[in-house]
Amino acid sequence: MIKAFVFLLTFGVLLVGRAFPQENSDCMTCHEDKTLKGTRGGRTISVFINEKIVSSSVHSEVSCIQCHVDLEGSDFPHAASVKRAACNSCHEDIQKLYDGSLHSRAFNRGDRLAPICQDCHGSHEIISVKNIKSKVAPINVPYLCGQCHKEGSPVQLQRNISQTHILENYSESIHGEGLMKKGLIVTATCASCHTAHEILPHTDSRSSIARKNIAGTCAKCHAEIELVHRKVIKGTLWEKEAAILPACVDCHQPHKARRVFYDQGMADADCLTCHEKKELKSSEDGRSLFVNYSEIKNSKHTNITCSQCHSGVKPSHTRPCDELTTLVDCSSCHTAVQEDYQISVHGILASKNDPNAPTCKECHSNHNILGKLNPKSPIFPINIPNLCGNCHKEGKKAAVRYTGTEKEIIQNYTESIHGKGLLKSGLTVTATCTDCHTAHRELPHIDPSSSINPTNIPATCGNCHHGIQEQFEKSIHSTLVSKSGKKLPTCENCHSAHQIIRADSEGFKQTIMIQCGNCHEEIAKTYFETYHGKVSQLGYTKTAKCYDCHGAHDILPIENPISHLHRKNVVVTCQKCHPSANRQFAGYFTHATHHDPHKYPWLFWTFWGMTGLLVGTFVIAGLHTLLWLPRSLQWRRELKRRQLEKNINNLESTKDGNNTNG
Amino acid sequence: MEITQTAKTDDIAKRELQVVRFTRLNRTLHVFMIVSFISLALTGMSLKFSYTGWAVFLSRLFGGFESAGYIHRFAAVVMVSVFIIHLVDLIRMRKKEALTWKELILGENSLLFNKKDLRDFIASIKWFIGKGERPEYGRWTYWEKFDYIAVFWGIFIIGFTGLTLWFPEFFTQFMPGSVLNVTTIIHSDEALLATGFIFTIHFFNTHLRPEKFPMDIVIFTGRIPLEEFKLDRPKEYKELVEKGELEKYLAEPYPEIVIKTIRIFGWTALSIGFSIILWIIYAMLFAYR
Repeated sequence: MIKAFVFLLTFGVLLVGRAFPQENSDCMTCHEDKTLKGTRGGRTISVFINEKIVSSSVHSEVSCIQCHVDLEGSDFPHAASVKRAACNSCHEDIQKLYDGSLHSRAFNRGDRLAPICQDCHGSHEIISVKNIKSKVAPINVPYLCGQCHKEGSPVQLQRNISQTHILENYSESIHGEGLMKKGLIVTATCASCHTAHEILPHTDSRSSIARKNIAGTCAKCHAEIELVHRKVIKGTLWEKEAAILPACVDCHQPHKARRVFYDQGMADADCLTCHEKKELKSSEDGRSLFVNYSEIKNSKHTNITCSQCHSGVKPSHTRPCDELTTLVDCSSCHTAVQEDYQISVHGILASKNDPNAPTCKECHSNHNILGKLNPKSPIFPINIPNLCGNCHKEGKKAAVRYTGTEKEIIQNYTESIHGKGLLKSGLTVTATCTDCHTAHRELPHIDPSSSINPTNIPATCGNCHHGIQEQFEKSIHSTLVSKSGKKLPTCENCHSAHQIIRADSEGFKQTIMIQCGNCHEEIAKTYFETYHGKVSQLGYTKTAKCYDCHGAHDILPIENPISHLHRKNVVVTCQKCHPSANRQFAGYFTHATHHDPHKYPWLFWTFWGMTGLLVGTFVIAGLHTLLWLPRSLQWRRELKRRQLEKNINNLESTKDGNNTNG
Repeated sequence: MEITQTAKTDDIAKRELQVVRFTRLNRTLHVFMIVSFISLALTGMSLKFSYTGWAVFLSRLFGGFESAGYIHRFAAVVMVSVFIIHLVDLIRMRKKEALTWKELILGENSLLFNKKDLRDFIASIKWFIGKGERPEYGRWTYWEKFDYIAVFWGIFIIGFTGLTLWFPEFFTQFMPGSVLNVTTIIHSDEALLATGFIFTIHFFNTHLRPEKFPMDIVIFTGRIPLEEFKLDRPKEYKELVEKGELEKYLAEPYPEIVIKTIRIFGWTALSIGFSIILWIIYAMLFAYR
């Protein structure tokens, strides 16, 4: 190979051994050979020039010797060592910038890691920065710089650079996200802040990232930044007295700039110059405009500034709020909540400008917003029934327009097991209004997506009563199991909505049989004809009720092997109350009726036999008695007459006796 | 003078001798019978007609269904005891009067039906429809015998079915469980028959028929005025006179205070009985399901 190279060089010298200004074609005579080799720094390299690449580069109109100036007028073949292409012959100004830069100084020190023009821009293949394929196109800049500045690279390891994880942090920053994820090529890249060529450490006062220059650097893009940063910089102050004010990077970490709100507070003082006056009143309607600032400071919004909520203010105005017409929009931060609220009954009313509609502040108050864990908060669990009651109590504005079947909602809730747990025992994990109806997405039960829609109720109750939900959803009453299309009961049908009482209370046990009977009419009727039912009807709950045999939430058809009434299990079920129950004992008809001759012929005929006996006896005995009655009356008179006769006789005989004696 | 005379005569009339018809034991047994029967009826009916408000009230009055149940079973034991004591008494009487079994069962004073009862029954019907004189009833009339025999029948039927319901777990060891459904119906309807019969037919035949109205307390005092006895049981009277045994059965009437107490007890029993009848009628007519 080397022999071939030497031969070619020698051949070339012999062939074109004279001096004249070269054309590109002259150069290409040799350099179009793909096998052409040269040496640089002792290493053999290819010196093949792809003319296509050169002609499609930005330098297509530039001739070889315009860059390779040292070869101008030199003879063929030129010297084996060639100087670096001179970019500065055209790019003089850029060269100057580079010369002052950190990279240049390092290069001049002989730092082998220092980059020169070609390291970033390439050599023959340089294309327009506007071309997305360019190494210095904005979209590629982080990768380009990252070649040296990424974690673990020799530069990062061996040179003294105070920042770490530069590339990672940048890629996660709002700038990096914009550029690398969203492809927004006008966003800030490395070069936007550090400049492309005059890269200097921040300690250098000329640096674009020097403390006093940072504002200017950032403001290249964030031109009106002073307006939104009034709280910090009060307009012009920032630029005038940069030293005493925080620089952008003090708040926005250089490579980690995130879309977050930072500790701020000065503008609140601006607002308070007027609003801390207790006598401040609206000129329109005379309402007080006094703001109790300590309330805000003790609220959840302690780190939120006035203007973040009252976002329509114009900081450049003497009175920033003079043109304020928009209401506070909580959704600018609480987006997800707002989405729920908008589809809720409350939100729909609010969108119709209904004066009764509650907005955020009706429940959360305006400045004194406290978290739900704060006992003083209106949304602290114990305070929720009262809060909802403000509108939903009988006679209040929501109760008045409500047309459903629930009555005395708040009162009933208060007396329910949930209400007692919450309000009497102070058990804050007890279900309150919002646990079932949700806090922001209240919907009527007919809405299929409502938390209280019959299909969703098991899941809603299951939020707390998970075990029961699991049982219920496997039972015959669950829509997941029964697909018959018949109306199925949910939690609420047996337990009611707001009057839920303990299932082991007498009242519940009494009503449950009626509840089951609402759907299972016939079977409930026959239950009441047997001993268990009769005792229950007397108001006692010790005998078996529906759920004692059928289960409460895990009701299954008797064919199911895990049903309480399956052949395998029924004796055990009876044994709950009748410890020595046996297989035959379980054959007792707990839902027997003597009215059905086909199903229960024995009972039917026994009943009619007994009834016949009863009627027969009464007819015969009754007739006998009725026939007897008139005779008996006669006999009574007869007896009286005889008694009278006898008395008279007695009297007479006594008289006689007296006379005789006397 | 005149006034004293009259008073004295009245006194004599009142102090008239009476004929003893029931032994002390029989009278005591009947009181126990009444108390246990009424207890059984009240507690039992409260379950049978549990769908009426009255049943709920009664059940509470008895201290709940459990305690009502205990009362029911206790009363049942009392009644069966009464029954057994009576049987023992019969055997004792047989020995004492040196009767053969045949004489005891088929004799003149037996409470089992005999030919005379059939004759008396036919004669009674004739008398009712005005085609004859009042028959000369003997020691026991046929309706009294019917009441007596009905108790035998009832004790066995209601007693046995009651036992199956009391000890269902025992009985189902050799009977199918559905037998309990059948015995429930028999127990309940037979009890309805007994209650209905006693508190209407028996009450009328014994207490309410005009010549005895409002009540006949002979079962408590055990004695009946001689004059009334002559008229009511002419045959028995004649026989006693013929045998010359009448004197043996004559006794002084009880003092007024005893009679009063007996009447209060009688009225209570009657009132409860009638109340139960009214309640049953109400339940069957208006609340039946």
